[in-house]
Amino acid sequence: MAVVFDKPHALIDVPLHYCPGCTHGIVHRLVAEVIDELGIEGKTIGIAPVGCSVMAYNYFNCDMIEAAHGRAPAVATGVKRADPENHIVFTYQGDGDLASIGMAETVHAAARNENITVIFINNAIYGMTGGQMAPTSLVGQVTQTSPYGRDPKACGYPIKVCEMLSELVGPEYLERVTVNNVKNVRNAKKAIKKAFQNQIDGKGFSLVEVVSSCPTNWGMTPKQALDWIDSDMLPYYPLGVYKDRSAEQKEAE
Amino acid sequence: MSTKNMLFSGFGGQGILFAGKFIAYKGLIEDKQVSWLPSYGPEMRGGTASCSVIVSDTPVGSPIVSNPDILIAMNLPSLDRFEDAVVPGGMIIADSTLIERKVKRDDVTVFYVPATQMASDNKLGNLANMIIVGKLLKEIGDYSEEGLNAALDKVISARHADMKEVNLKAIKLGAEL
Amino acid sequence: MSDKILMKGNEAIAEAAIIAGCRHYFGYPITPQTEIAAYMAKKMPKIGGTFLQAESEIAAINMVYGVASAGKRVMTSSSSPGVSLKGEGLSYLAGSDLPSLIVNVQRGGPGLGGIQPSQSDYFQSTRGGGHGDYHMIVLAPASVQEMAELTVKGFELADTYRMTAMILADGTMGQMMEPVSLDLDVKPAPEKPWATTGTGMAREHNIVNSLSLVPEELEELNFKRYDRYKVIEENETMYEEYKVEDADIVLAAFGIAARVSKNAVDEARKMGIKAGLIRPITLWPFPKAPFKAAAEHAKAFISVELNMGQMIEDVILATESKRPVTLCNRAGGMIPDPKQVLNSIIEVNGGIQ
Repeated sequence: MAVVFDKPHALIDVPLHYCPGCTHGIVHRLVAEVIDELGIEGKTIGIAPVGCSVMAYNYFNCDMIEAAHGRAPAVATGVKRADPENHIVFTYQGDGDLASIGMAETVHAAARNENITVIFINNAIYGMTGGQMAPTSLVGQVTQTSPYGRDPKACGYPIKVCEMLSELVGPEYLERVTVNNVKNVRNAKKAIKKAFQNQIDGKGFSLVEVVSSCPTNWGMTPKQALDWIDSDMLPYYPLGVYKDRSAEQKEAE
Repeated sequence: MSTKNMLFSGFGGQGILFAGKFIAYKGLIEDKQVSWLPSYGPEMRGGTASCSVIVSDTPVGSPIVSNPDILIAMNLPSLDRFEDAVVPGGMIIADSTLIERKVKRDDVTVFYVPATQMASDNKLGNLANMIIVGKLLKEIGDYSEEGLNAALDKVISARHADMKEVNLKAIKLGAEL
Repeated sequence: MSDKILMKGNEAIAEAAIIAGCRHYFGYPITPQTEIAAYMAKKMPKIGGTFLQAESEIAAINMVYGVASAGKRVMTSSSSPGVSLKGEGLSYLAGSDLPSLIVNVQRGGPGLGGIQPSQSDYFQSTRGGGHGDYHMIVLAPASVQEMAELTVKGFELADTYRMTAMILADGTMGQMMEPVSLDLDVKPAPEKPWATTGTGMAREHNIVNSLSLVPEELEELNFKRYDRYKVIEENETMYEEYKVEDADIVLAAFGIAARVSKNAVDEARKMGIKAGLIRPITLWPFPKAPFKAAAEHAKAFISVELNMGQMIEDVILATESKRPVTLCNRAGGMIPDPKQVLNSIIEVNGGIQ
């Protein structure tokens, strides 16, 4: 019997610990499919963050490292520089990890145009610790630590990572995607593939921000959560390419 | 010679650390035990510079010279600060171009060398430090031309090899005093 | 003429690291150790190595974590305040059983403190530095030659036992120049089958990780790690004894304090006081045996330190409180004078008999 659907080889066949309706599973699969298609599993080293995806090391079939909270880009820098020719390195980080405690590591890896791939899951909340305010939580968003809604007077405004990094000269490629419908999932995969291909081609720092859902901590059904991405998240976090140096250079020529 | 504890002190830019390093290297070449310890920190960037140099026949214990057998004072603040620390019977060599006062103590041997003036008169740029080094070597009975050449080869990088000649000249000038 | 050259302690560490096969250095400028970074910046690009000035001490230690995960010899260096920032990374390196070399050229603290020599990070180094149950191998050089030799030794021990080795020096050791021979004996690094270098599709994936959510399993990991520490205590303890065999007064001192103390021992002997010195070279594991043995004949011990009295606790433990142990110290960047140490010896001896 012909197999019409299978797990990617780069994903280990074990149950994921993620909540029902969480989009981590989709993004894991996309990353694994890309690793398969590019034939790079044997030379890929993934860096897991602290947060919901902390145990990603149990899911990817390639070599994996668990980093301290926020430090994945620094760890990735070390792994990449240990053998630049033979290591394909990606980090997989959430919004608290990448945009709060690890902001310095993120910005400087981008500024150095470190030749790594960063998969950034932005679901506007700290999931693993039970739903606290994230650096990307929307104004007015109710969380455990913003019980009356995020008040910009007290805690400022959510950080737009792609926009912010796009001001740097360093990074090669920055794109924001989402995975709340089939079309968007396809686009997300294209972006992720490009982010890995850039590394293979030696082009440098490539970050894909995936606007994601957290039904559990948002207090919604999975379907409501996917709709909330459209109604509330995307107006503040518009999808699109924020930087693509190679494309810009080609255009200029 | 058993152990010589030396303290070189002056303004940053007078070549204090270099002079100390030269003496240390000369000791090393002659199979002595040596150590060189600079003062470090903000004063490195323009203020006072000093370094402890120990040359000994036996292993060097503490590299810190708090009570020098020999004090090289190349400016007034250095003499003010370290004069009293010199051991009785010790030696002070002072750059008398820059230090107008006399040493107050009478239990130490003092040499006043107008090194900065001499360097200027002999077109030796800022090599007052090496004129004083020449005087120092002569007074401790450690002056030999072969030793000088070998030590200068160590402290002057190949890139600045043209500086060797003038350094040698400055040392000789000091030794002739 | 000897084949020795004059080198600053900091430079000797850097050159020895290169000789030991280290090709990756990550650092951040801080006095009084910046010569190490400067040396690496100059040398590494010429030998195909990596020098990277990181955005912070935290980033630097995590870059170390990355290279160590990939199985290569790697180091970072800093001074006291910077090492505090590295504390997180040190704990993760221990939790993930990764080998690396960390240099701390200590300065006076706490806080921003000063930039002059100090030994006040003894507790921080010997008790771990970061959170959790763990140790680092802590090496305390007392000469520029040892700065070089212990750097090589540090890489070897780190690889052998899969843990962090720390060179605990101070501003004096870093800044002073002494003759050094770089004819160093380097053993090749062992195989590292656990390293994350890519599976090559030829083996199961490797995971470098310090997370363990099942307490029974985490306990077991801790037990195993401490079994390894026991082996290190038995096999790798290093110290130097100076005139200890007949000593009435035994000094304990490491690094620059040991050099000052040696002068004081010699002076005391000239006065007829039988003084001696035990100089721990490994601060962890602490050389308990020579202290225990000396407590059989010595009347008293003096711990000479550039801090408010930290190693003295290990001296008291090692001598099993059989003899009085007093402290002779300076702090905040000051260094005890041989005279101060001598006076302390005379006082503890009850005068000059």
